[in-house]
Amino acid sequence: MGKLKTIARRSFLIGSVAVAGGAAFGVYTYKKPYANPLLDDLAEGDATLNPFVLINKDGVTIITPRAEMGQGIQSTLAAMVAEELDVAWESVKFEHGPAASAYYNNAMFAAGVPFNEFDKSFLAETLRSGMKKLGKILAIQLTGGSTATIDGIDKMRMAGCSAREALKTAAAERWDVEAASLKTENGAVINPANGEKLDYREIASEAADARPATVPLRDPSQWKYLGKSMPRLDMPAKATGTAEFGIDVRLDDMLYASVRTNPKLGGKMRSYDAAEAKKMPGVVKVVDLGDGVGVIADNTWRAFNAVNAIEVEWGGAPYPATQAGMWEALEKGFSLDPLNTLRDDGDVVKASADAPDGITAEYRAPFLAHSCMEPMNATALVNGDSAEIWTGTQAPGIVEQFAAEALGLDTEQVKVHTTFLGGGFGRRGEYDAAVHAAKLANAVKGKPVKMTWTREEDMTHDFYRPIALGRFNAYFDSSKNLKGFDAKVSSPSPTYDAMGRLGFPVGGPDPQLTEGIHNQPIDIENYRVYGYNAKVGVPVGFWRSVGNSFGGFFHESFLDEIAHHRGVDPVEMRLQLMANHSVAKAVVEKVAEMSNWGSKINAGSGMGFAHTLSFGTYVAQVVKVSQIDGEIKIDKVWCVADPGKVIDPQNFEAQMMSGIIYGLTSAIMGEITFEDGEAEQFNFPDYDAMRMVQCPEMEFATLSNKARLGGAGEPGTPPSIPALANAIFDLTGERYRELPLNKHIDFV
Amino acid sequence: MKLTINGKAHEIEVEADMPLLWVLRDELGYTGTKFGCGVAACGACTVHMNGEPIRSCSTAVGDVEGEITTIEGIGTPDNLAAIQEAWIEEQVAQCGYCQSGQIMSAAALLQTSPNPSDDEIDEAMSGNLCRCGTYPRIRAAIKSAASKMEG
Ligand code: FES
Ligand code: FES
Repeated sequence: MGKLKTIARRSFLIGSVAVAGGAAFGVYTYKKPYANPLLDDLAEGDATLNPFVLINKDGVTIITPRAEMGQGIQSTLAAMVAEELDVAWESVKFEHGPAASAYYNNAMFAAGVPFNEFDKSFLAETLRSGMKKLGKILAIQLTGGSTATIDGIDKMRMAGCSAREALKTAAAERWDVEAASLKTENGAVINPANGEKLDYREIASEAADARPATVPLRDPSQWKYLGKSMPRLDMPAKATGTAEFGIDVRLDDMLYASVRTNPKLGGKMRSYDAAEAKKMPGVVKVVDLGDGVGVIADNTWRAFNAVNAIEVEWGGAPYPATQAGMWEALEKGFSLDPLNTLRDDGDVVKASADAPDGITAEYRAPFLAHSCMEPMNATALVNGDSAEIWTGTQAPGIVEQFAAEALGLDTEQVKVHTTFLGGGFGRRGEYDAAVHAAKLANAVKGKPVKMTWTREEDMTHDFYRPIALGRFNAYFDSSKNLKGFDAKVSSPSPTYDAMGRLGFPVGGPDPQLTEGIHNQPIDIENYRVYGYNAKVGVPVGFWRSVGNSFGGFFHESFLDEIAHHRGVDPVEMRLQLMANHSVAKAVVEKVAEMSNWGSKINAGSGMGFAHTLSFGTYVAQVVKVSQIDGEIKIDKVWCVADPGKVIDPQNFEAQMMSGIIYGLTSAIMGEITFEDGEAEQFNFPDYDAMRMVQCPEMEFATLSNKARLGGAGEPGTPPSIPALANAIFDLTGERYRELPLNKHIDFV
Repeated sequence: MKLTINGKAHEIEVEADMPLLWVLRDELGYTGTKFGCGVAACGACTVHMNGEPIRSCSTAVGDVEGEITTIEGIGTPDNLAAIQEAWIEEQVAQCGYCQSGQIMSAAALLQTSPNPSDDEIDEAMSGNLCRCGTYPRIRAAIKSAASKMEG
């Protein structure tokens, strides 16, 4: 933690001060390359050419150090390396690799600057490059924020390129020819002069010491793999049940465990009585975790039963006991100073005073659980002065740090093995489950312990998508022209909460409070967006698309209300507001064309539109609904996205689809509520997700008008929610401003 | 207690009320069958008992009669079943966690209905949750598996 804390104190979060401070002390650190972590455990006869390339008798293994939680990212990262390294796709092997500073994510930091995606000003660009440097200095290996492709596109290609050149240099020395005269193909160096060939495996160890000349990356026009849909490398394992998720880890002599912590989140454990539990079959040990209890047994089910049999007296929750109390806390948030004032164009106060006409609306979005298919789990083995952890994590370095802290070890003494993740959505950036597993394993040193949460523990101990309250006002002149737009959102900041858990003192305007609102590509003469960091106290975190998940709903619903009030077509109105944003206009026009927007549809149907720019990707969607016996059926979704270049079209489309289904699920039925300080939803019967029978038909298109690369994992989610609400309004004339929508209307 | 799993006989000693899921995963190491909810609400734990799909999280091992088939018994990476080939061709999986259960439900459907309609697919598959939203590709893979198996 030492290094992180020091840097954090220089006002880590998002702002010019942070970057100025970072740049001043960081130049040297930034230039210095990180050590290759593969050298630490290199087997006899293996060679590593850089942190991303390992060659041994089985061929080339590419290290793809980002969490594979469904995005297909490990295949995409492997393709970036393979593109330059000239290895056949069928022969590529991939591994997540160890947790290491060399695998830092800098795109995540560049995305944190308080500038809009379309802002190309000198200051915005300077800060972006400054944040990338800061990313390298902090060296946090993270998967999130839809950044993995953006972060990898140059870095991974360079790794492939420099490895290829090293192999050519090694072959050139053997043959006593010029490296530049050689070619590479299918995992071998070839001398075109005489057709001689050297397999990479034969020269890998010489290549490891080679000092090749630097050559430029290949031009995209030469790409064989990138820009194409590559068969995912993890697909055969996932179709045969052989992919290893954290929950599947099996080690010799392994024990099984489960835990229960206070359902009043953050509350204390006063006392417990485990007398009954200790007598139950298979129980090995009951462990006091401080904030909860754990049972170690010889089988997961026996551990579940025993941990549930423990009588615990829990302390109270450090937040309002009821749902009504939570909403009150949000109302109070509006009387604080705004934490972010990221948009303040013109003079909205004057515009409101002058306006003869206006509309006002209040929107609400609930807490949401991530509800990954794979319940939280981790396996740990603690020996005297070292520990190993196996888990599906988005932040392996952070897991190492906090497990080490819990065990009284140094971070270097803890080693994390990152497995596949059975869903992440932001939940697996947290370290809570790994720390519990470490503490349990510490109670039975020398034996590995696999700890699995019950679904109920998982659902009731999430770091929820924050609850949010939005107050929106629009002002018009006497001809109903839009003169002013004023938005205020009160919500607990997930960034402050998550950074607090990491031990960072943070400051600065968290953009997440108003993402999807302040940073949209539309221009209004008087346009103000303020975010208020409400004090609620329920642990909140990053949930797929974060602030955009409610901000997009608020913003795009309200624009729909404005269009209705003005009596203009919502898509036409958007295009006018986007007049200065050609990339945005193009996706909107395309989705309108695909969905035949504006054509007469039959009386029992409705169509809704929304657009959100998030994570650097412009996404416009149209949702079509119909009503059968009073129940809403989602018939079809059209989706057009512009992420700049599409690196893997099939993966990109799959991510859009996934994001839409995740978003629609939350729009229809997602809600965590609290009573007596405890979440009231426990398992899928009360926190369900969209089923196949409810899943609409979908049609996709992608455009590439945008220069900088955008993300894929999250941007599909935000517009799906308002597009559905707008479609229901179009069909029924009812405007629903509180999610989930099944509070108001039934769905098929 | 005797169990036949994927044609192989196993002798185990556990409480009769232990769910089959945990016998498979923890006692015998068939980890392809997943734990999602424990209350028969997600389908991640689907296996076949005499060819019929059942939720192994909610089936006591003492109630098992006959042959159990798990995902490992459908096919392996080196010896894929037609349905698994279809899954790979359609690139169905995202995180993949639900997919063992999806394939088991789909395989059982194709046994009884070699050429299922959309409604039959919805009916057979709606007990299987996928948080990653792979439903359209699952539907496509079932159809392509159906034509593969016919041909
Ligand atoms: S684990 Fe059996 S249905 Fe969910
Ligand atoms: S593929 Fe992730 S839950 Fe279905």
